[in-house]
Amino acid sequence: MAVTMADFRTSEKSWWCPGCGDFGVLAALQKALVELGIEPEKVAVVSGIGCSGKIGNYINSYNLHTVHGRALAAAQGLKLANRELTVIAAGGDGDGFAIGMGHYMHALRRNVDITYIVMDNMIYGLTKGQTSPTSEHGFQTKSTPAGNVERTVNQLQLAIASGCGFVANGFSANQKQLVEIIKRAIQHPGFALVNTYSPCVTFNKQNTFDFFKQHLTNLDEDPTYDRHDRFAAMKKLMETEELVTGIVYEDPNSVRYEDRVAGYPAEGIVNRDWSVDPAVWQKLVDQYK
Amino acid sequence: MLKEVCWQIGGEQGSGLDSTAEVFNTVASRAGYYVYAYKTFASRIKGGHTDFTTRISVERVLAPAAGVNLLVVLDQESINLCARNVYPGAIVLADEAFDPQLPEGLDAKLLTMPFNKMALALGNTLMKNNIVLGASAAFLGLPLEHFKKYAVRRWGNKGEDFVALIHTAMEQGYNHVVENWPDLRLELAQPDGQERLLMTGNDAAALGALAGGCRLMFSYPITPASEIAENLVKAFPKVGGIAVQMEDELGSIVACVGAGFGGARAMTATSGPGISLMQEAIGLASMTETPVVVVNTQRGGPSTGMPTKQEQSDLLAMAYGGHGDGPRIVLAPGSVEELIPLTAEAFNLADNYHCPVLIASDLALALFQQTVEPDAADLANLPKIDRGPIADPEQLAALGRDIFERYSKQVNENGVSARSLPGMKNGQFLATGAEHGPMGKVTENPANRVYMMNRRLRRITKVNTEAVRYFGSPNADLVLLAFGTTLGAAKEAQPIIEQMTGKKVGVLQIRLIYPVPTAEIARYVGDGKALVVESNATGQFAFMLKGTGYDASKVASLLRYDGNLFTVKDIVDGARAVLAGEAQYLVTGGGQGVRPTDDPTIALAAKEA
Ligand SMILES: Cc1ncc(C[n+]2csc(CCOP(=O)(O)OP(=O)(O)O)c2C)c(N)n1
Ligand code: SF4
Repeated sequence: MAVTMADFRTSEKSWWCPGCGDFGVLAALQKALVELGIEPEKVAVVSGIGCSGKIGNYINSYNLHTVHGRALAAAQGLKLANRELTVIAAGGDGDGFAIGMGHYMHALRRNVDITYIVMDNMIYGLTKGQTSPTSEHGFQTKSTPAGNVERTVNQLQLAIASGCGFVANGFSANQKQLVEIIKRAIQHPGFALVNTYSPCVTFNKQNTFDFFKQHLTNLDEDPTYDRHDRFAAMKKLMETEELVTGIVYEDPNSVRYEDRVAGYPAEGIVNRDWSVDPAVWQKLVDQYK
Repeated sequence: MLKEVCWQIGGEQGSGLDSTAEVFNTVASRAGYYVYAYKTFASRIKGGHTDFTTRISVERVLAPAAGVNLLVVLDQESINLCARNVYPGAIVLADEAFDPQLPEGLDAKLLTMPFNKMALALGNTLMKNNIVLGASAAFLGLPLEHFKKYAVRRWGNKGEDFVALIHTAMEQGYNHVVENWPDLRLELAQPDGQERLLMTGNDAAALGALAGGCRLMFSYPITPASEIAENLVKAFPKVGGIAVQMEDELGSIVACVGAGFGGARAMTATSGPGISLMQEAIGLASMTETPVVVVNTQRGGPSTGMPTKQEQSDLLAMAYGGHGDGPRIVLAPGSVEELIPLTAEAFNLADNYHCPVLIASDLALALFQQTVEPDAADLANLPKIDRGPIADPEQLAALGRDIFERYSKQVNENGVSARSLPGMKNGQFLATGAEHGPMGKVTENPANRVYMMNRRLRRITKVNTEAVRYFGSPNADLVLLAFGTTLGAAKEAQPIIEQMTGKKVGVLQIRLIYPVPTAEIARYVGDGKALVVESNATGQFAFMLKGTGYDASKVASLLRYDGNLFTVKDIVDGARAVLAGEAQYLVTGGGQGVRPTDDPTIALAAKEA
């Protein structure tokens, strides 16, 4: 029987504010999984902390809701334990690019086959409206009443600069495109970044749905854009200050971390017999004679 | 005839002494002796003093020697630092190049040899170390053939000429001693000829992990834990596993939690600063009831403390660290040998109790070589893999969607309910660090909170493992409580204390640090007194023991925290003080000033047959 949207729903009531951008991201993720025909039990959503991190509460899959900033580390551990799973890491911009920045950079380098969905609302939602690393320069928040004096993190450029093989930006209100992006990201062999503009309707009165509608450049509408060209991708991101949607960069030659490590089994580690072959064991012990 | 001898070599760090000592230890072990080796080193790579000490015995030894019989020194600084630890009449063999001077009044024979000149004549100054090995073999009556054979094994890949050069150097060293000092010999009794293993705790932990089904290692380099990962990196391709050098300790343990949630066996290894960083995720594992194993090779703290020095001061951090009440299990091996089965067992405990299991190793255990009986590394003797309560996939599949209660009220006697593993149909659930109900859904309902907290804590009320082991006289007046590296010295001190005081003394090895096995301790200590021997400044285990309600008037502390290992003498002195009524005895450092026979304890500890 084919999987349907109903298979990915849970009985949990949402804790998100009505109108929150995260609803769109959740729906797009569920739809992408349905369209790819992946069974719910083969999906694991690993999330961080924040409003966005609650996404795992609302999707019927194996869900690991971790601690602030660490979703990527857990997602990689899980994927390496069982490569037969579709592993989605998810969280907010604060979660990923402030406290989780270290893990972000290294997950990009490592290229474990996971999809990372960031719900970027350019503010801290759950802690009620402080600046985030993607907040605009000059933006007034509870923690920056005189305006944000720090520069913003350019997470998409960082990803490309660090060798990430799949970099995309979606918009929660553009469901159709977001579903396609997530599908491709899941299919991409290696780490795939899906940043999503996902407005916080409660605390961010500047970067609203309307703001994004006015300012976003849709790469799908430009037939000349070559998403296999890293330099073009960087240039586009600089020109638009990362206010783009679509797949920004895709490396057709990406090789998973799993496939680069000698001796890593083709099937999931969980599904193997863990007893050590006595002959192998003897060799290991004999080193100490 | 000597039952044991103690060999020591001192010189400059980075001059190849490390591998010289390793060769010496391995050859002594292959000759059939029991070996206990230790070293002094600093947190730098080249320059500065370092010394390596090896106790070779026909009996099992697990503690530093009382004195040194043969001291080889390559610079004056090594004489200044090491010579006071020699037995009376000991041999001090020095390079004549630096015009060595013994401290005044030292009862030892100073012999000089042109190590440097001989090496230069061979055209390679590194050969100095092989000349030293040859000379040492001659003094101790160890067959040079063993050394030569080992050189072939170890350096064979560098070509015949190189090995021939090493052989020449060894022979020259050997012959020099035979020709110049034909009557000076330290005659070692013959060993039983049994073949044994020689390894460090970090070797043993890696082996134990492999036997225990660990196939994923996530870690970040730190002294003295790094070798565990390095060993696993080499071994995993042979068994189908993966070792990832993560970006930090936070990532390392969280990746383990991810892998544990996925149903695989994952481990991380670290030391103090790493344990501090891991606390948040140790709590996550407790809260989500996810199995995870952490090896902590403790070293001097707090902060960067003394990264190359011995300490056992992370007990409270391991047992109680982090926010909230997060249950975990802390195990402590008493020797390198025990680390093999104990590490394997840790994975079974984690899978059965659904909580983090920490292994309290320490720097000396982690890095120093000890003889291991082959039985301890026999696969057939190691714990069999036991996955603990896992839901039946068929029952789950029949259950229907969105129904499975991961944190079900149907629990086993440990308070643990079966978990589903990702991939199992209808086993989907939410594992969250937030307080949750039976399906993992977040709730702050007060009754649920109390139920869930009790459920998590119940699993550590009785941990099914061999929590203690007792040695020595039954119904003792004084029971030494020891764990990790301190156990060896305590066991050696036990008969000496009895002989010197006429009191009955026992040693209780604590293998389960947390939850504190108070009932077992009470049973063995009985009406006697407990003396907790630990390498920290505040008496952390004693504190924990008293915290469980154990009669504080029965607990005394023997503490050493200068970075060095407990010696037998420290323990004898401490025990005598406590028997005389002291509540606490501090070893103030170095054992300086006491020469190996000025003290009757040391004379008793020196094993002459
Ligand atoms: C170690 C730690 N520090 C701080 C917090 C508090 N905290 C919770 S959510 C959050 C920020 C969330 O912001 P973001 O990731 O942008 O997600 P959003 O809520 O906007 O979706 C913070 C700082 C925490 N839970 N843990
Ligand atoms: S606070 Fe903002 S981000 Fe959080 S749920 Fe409400 S709208 Fe969404």
